[in-house]
Amino acid sequence: MSASQTHGHAAAHDHHDDHGPAKGILRWLTTTNHKDIGTMYLVFSLVMFFIGGAMALVIRAELFMPGMQLVDPGFFNTMTTVHALIMVFGAVMPATVGLANWMIPLQIGAPDMALPRMNNLSFWLLVAAFSLLILSLFMPGGGPAAGWTLYPPLVLQTGDAFPLAIFAIHLAGASSIMGAINIIVTIMNLRAPGMSLMKMPLFTWTWLITAYLLIAVMPVFAGAVTMLLTDHFFHTTFFAAAGGGDPVLYQHIFWFFGHPEVYIMILPAFGLVSEIIPTFSRKKLFGYDAMVYATASIAFLSFIVWAHHMFTVGMPLAGEMFFMLSTMLIAVPTGVKVFNWTATMWRGSLTFEPPMLFALAFLFLFTIGGFSGLMMAIAPVDFQYHDTYFIVAHFHYVLVPGAVFAIMAGVYYWMPKWTGHMYDVKLANIHFWLSAISVNVLFFPQHFLGLAGMPRRIPDYSTQFADWNMVSSVGAFGFGLSQLLFVYIIIKCARGGARASDNVWEGAYNHGLEWTVPSPAPYHTFEDAPVVK
Amino acid sequence: MRNPETARGMTSTIPHAKANRSLTRSLWVMAAGSFAFGFALVPLYDVICEAAGIRVNAAPSAVQASAAGVGREVTLEFMSLIPPGSAFELTPGTREMKLQPGKLYEAKFLIRSRADVPVVGQAIPSVAPSTTAKYLQKTECFCFTPQTFQAAEQREFTVRFIVAPDLPQDVDRMTLAYSMYTVADAEPQRLAAAVTPQRQ
Repeated sequence: MSASQTHGHAAAHDHHDDHGPAKGILRWLTTTNHKDIGTMYLVFSLVMFFIGGAMALVIRAELFMPGMQLVDPGFFNTMTTVHALIMVFGAVMPATVGLANWMIPLQIGAPDMALPRMNNLSFWLLVAAFSLLILSLFMPGGGPAAGWTLYPPLVLQTGDAFPLAIFAIHLAGASSIMGAINIIVTIMNLRAPGMSLMKMPLFTWTWLITAYLLIAVMPVFAGAVTMLLTDHFFHTTFFAAAGGGDPVLYQHIFWFFGHPEVYIMILPAFGLVSEIIPTFSRKKLFGYDAMVYATASIAFLSFIVWAHHMFTVGMPLAGEMFFMLSTMLIAVPTGVKVFNWTATMWRGSLTFEPPMLFALAFLFLFTIGGFSGLMMAIAPVDFQYHDTYFIVAHFHYVLVPGAVFAIMAGVYYWMPKWTGHMYDVKLANIHFWLSAISVNVLFFPQHFLGLAGMPRRIPDYSTQFADWNMVSSVGAFGFGLSQLLFVYIIIKCARGGARASDNVWEGAYNHGLEWTVPSPAPYHTFEDAPVVK
Repeated sequence: MRNPETARGMTSTIPHAKANRSLTRSLWVMAAGSFAFGFALVPLYDVICEAAGIRVNAAPSAVQASAAGVGREVTLEFMSLIPPGSAFELTPGTREMKLQPGKLYEAKFLIRSRADVPVVGQAIPSVAPSTTAKYLQKTECFCFTPQTFQAAEQREFTVRFIVAPDLPQDVDRMTLAYSMYTVADAEPQRLAAAVTPQRQ
């Protein structure tokens, strides 16, 4: 435990000195240091990435050929459900929270997060949440298998796993809300003198907006799953038509949360890319103000487009029109961002270090996912795409080569700052090319499958879908195995390697305060606030 | 190394403790407001559905049966649902009937109480496909009022209805389902002991 973070009344701990972290396991259990907690979030998210990834490989192995080969359909459904829950709430979100913990205090010149003990609590709640979720797989009746959207009435047929999964979601939600509150308070109150809002680095900006989204919608989801819980155990009928409720109501509440949730996953990724592209283009970010306003516009629009996930439930025509047009409107601020990143590179002195490679792949591949999203926004044609592999292809394009690639870019960008060592750039380049190729082999054919009519969430399919499923499964195993290299690179870098300079990327344009602290970043930074001119 | 005295208090490392607390409090209030908003969506949804005419919960207006049908035939299926915790068994007298829109028909349902004490129950109807609900017009129904049952009592009930002649041409099959609920405030304690909840 670090005495410097301990509150005055905890006198028993006063004998600790102020040299740095305590030794042993207690350091990690009780730490309130933003760098320790950031590291724990990142390691946790990497572990979850592999657990969720293993589940994805079970899915792709079963789908390698038509027919039932490896798992029974119930377990297959459990895999699709828990894979998604783990990847969304256990891998992507904690990874961006980990990056926020590490980098926001460094980017704004704050000594730590504003609420350090709540920070510790929100991390360990997440561990409890995912222990519960993984435990639920071993319950009588099998794990949750109704899809990550947990639609009633199907989800109410879940066995003993049901309350475990719901409580897991409650805990993960509480963790996210606390994390979001912490980030907002840190950014609003702890900026260094001179660090005005419109001077903040884009990663900090996107996280500020993301944190507000989290506070606005996470509790709504908590409410929805609480209603499921009372429908299951206490005979309420929120979603039971026979008792005057409506299962479609659940879909509205869920997607009122669910659509902002997708921006919760992608806005920090936008922030990461907005940091990395200027660095390796050796230019300032083009249109900084426009980027901030575009992010805020996307966040606002995310609240009024939710029903585009449910065009087929039987909405009135006016509803279909409204949600179609408001959804298409999102393409405008998103387009501003894509063009600004492109304009940042225009006439820049580009170099292609691993973070830049991942950021560029993000730019291309996220845009593909954005375009397929625009196709699905068109209500009349969405009736064809709904619940097919086209949807699967779309959201995996925006989440894997989108959010996940941006997170990897961020890790490769700041890892020398964290560890003080330069990682093996050659291996990182190999990791990039393996990932970038295999991710397209994995997900691009799913567009064809979906347009040809293959439904999602099925363990078996008719034979005309065989070939592209095989290609997709080959890509899946290629992508999964490539990530072992990522782990190896991280471990190797943590253990040693060439010394990284304070500026890390020599000759590159580094504008943020994080580059003014030594590499590795000392345990305590900015105890005296820097002055930003 | 910094002065250990200043290192002890959080205020030394984390500035603005007071401002942090007040902003944290506002953000928790905002989160609580979002939680409440999720529940507010439940009544809001009903209001919007009624306003948009998607789901009409109001009682049907008076209908006139005509002696002659419109010459087409529709199949009506009867179903019963037993919600969890219900003290009743509900069985349709017939599984399905063929009928002509515009004519008055009646169907029987058998309801038996499984409780060993007197209980009050009420049946809630639902029609599938839901878009056809407004064309199934009930002139008499046991679902309109709560019914009192003695222990293990069994009774037959009647529903009279007309399928409106303007039923869309593409509909040739409809389902009328009843769920028989126990009215909650009728001795819930003894009821819970008397009845094993059953799911269907």
